[in-house]
Amino acid sequence: MTEPAISFQGVTRRYPQKGAAGDVMALQDIWLDVPQGAVTGIIGRSGAGKSTLLRMVNGLERPSSGKLIVNGRDVGGASDGGLRAIRREVGMIFQHFNLLASRTVAGNIALPLEIAGEDRAKIAPRTAELIERVGLTAQANRYPAELSGGQKQRVGIARALASGPRVLLSDEATSALDPDTTRQVLDLLQGINRELGLTILLITHEMAVVRDICSHVAVIEAGRIVEAGETYSVFSRPRHPTTRSFLQGVTGVTMPQFIAGQLRPAAGDAGAQAVLQVTFTGRHATDPMLARLTAERGVSVNILAGAIEEIGARPFGSLIVGLPADRLAESQGFLEQHGLMTEVLGYVG
Amino acid sequence: MSANLIPVLWDSTLQTLYMVALSALLGTLIGAPLGIFLATSRRGELLSAPIANTVLGLVVNAARSTPFIILVVAIIPLTRLIAGTSIGTTAAIVPLTIAAAPFIARLIETAIREVDAGLIEAARAMGATPGQIVRKVLIPEAMPGIILGLTLAVVSLIGYSAMVGAVGGGGLGDLGIRYGYQRFMPGVMLAVVVILILLVQLVQSCGEWIAARFDKRAPRNRGR
Repeated sequence: MTEPAISFQGVTRRYPQKGAAGDVMALQDIWLDVPQGAVTGIIGRSGAGKSTLLRMVNGLERPSSGKLIVNGRDVGGASDGGLRAIRREVGMIFQHFNLLASRTVAGNIALPLEIAGEDRAKIAPRTAELIERVGLTAQANRYPAELSGGQKQRVGIARALASGPRVLLSDEATSALDPDTTRQVLDLLQGINRELGLTILLITHEMAVVRDICSHVAVIEAGRIVEAGETYSVFSRPRHPTTRSFLQGVTGVTMPQFIAGQLRPAAGDAGAQAVLQVTFTGRHATDPMLARLTAERGVSVNILAGAIEEIGARPFGSLIVGLPADRLAESQGFLEQHGLMTEVLGYVG
Repeated sequence: MSANLIPVLWDSTLQTLYMVALSALLGTLIGAPLGIFLATSRRGELLSAPIANTVLGLVVNAARSTPFIILVVAIIPLTRLIAGTSIGTTAAIVPLTIAAAPFIARLIETAIREVDAGLIEAARAMGATPGQIVRKVLIPEAMPGIILGLTLAVVSLIGYSAMVGAVGGGGLGDLGIRYGYQRFMPGVMLAVVVILILLVQLVQSCGEWIAARFDKRAPRNRGR
């Protein structure tokens, strides 16, 4: 196991409140390892503390207590000069891009190089290379006001990559963009992650972003991490209600309205149907398990809703099915024996 | 108005231009660093120095609230010390500069405060020092606002420079009072007023044009 790129070790952030009874706890006892070379997402509602968490990584916020290690260096205890050195190894992109209106695309991308004191002779070719990498060669001499949102974020990404960072922080980078542009920006980030081996830590309030590019995820709620792990396992076995609510609508398994309305907690008469959520993971996602349940056990299965998609580059399927209540235990046993997960949602009829 | 007054008007105009230009320049040299400091030194800001910020703010407010004509008289000893005399155009530059500097400081502070805090954060995230943030982010981004502020300051200085005429400062104001008022020559008074109006118009138009050249925020203001 390689050392994590970023390691939060019991990090707490308090904001002293004048006149109030106690301090505001923005983050409480955060333990989180962000693996090298992976894309890790932190998801939470606004005010959950995800922004504070992200901004600690490059020292824009300091921990009140606990330890934070980035690229093997202690950020919390760093001097101003040490912090500047760390920041040059950590790129950051922003929701509202934060580009200088007074500089062209090329000028914006050159800024971190100027700040790092690079030779003028080296800045121009490096800038041109970055502009090409994000596909903005034709716009190199335009000003941000002349660009679309997606183009602006590309400039932001190129600027964040300019100093050759090992870690890229993304602060809601796609939240101000439309779905198509979001897709393009996420693709670009994923490409950068793969080609440069860059560790990406992003915060978002959209589970779709996590699903699309994050291999790891942490769910944050009221300043605490309530669930963390590989995206795949968190998506397939969400434990915390916050995670579940974020997942709703993202994994394609929303209960059809006409069924949800009739759902009862217990089976009624003999002819009742049990409503079961079946989650397929890994290789099982492509196995015809329901067909086998019908063929081998003679249980007729009624598919009510479902979807199969890719999460963390692995197939992930979720179906909501109806089957006779009296065959429920047997069917669940059969499916789980074959590596599928089941959950009884209720009964109808 | 006779023809021999034309050279007098011309000389007075040059005196006014001399006073305004030099006091604007000196006022900017003093006011700009103060403005930058005021804009960046509140608690938790880039150059956080809350006590110095408060003290400087009070000094600037005191200077700004002193009526100009009183300032001129009150600092006569200082003017003598610096200019060697308290009469004439060069002497007038001392009170004009002292009036302009705090005004310019506030205008530049305002322009810099308009810069989106996100840009400061982005620059900090790049590892920029406070000095680099001021030089590479705040000043270039605030430039259109700074230019418009300086334009306003120059226009005000044209007005003030006419006022120093009342205490022997020379320039168009002096001419207007001596010829137009004391010698009952309304033609001279009118000429003085017209020249002042033209000067103000010229300064305002130039300032707006330069500011627009610097302003890349909206496509319609694109330079070239």
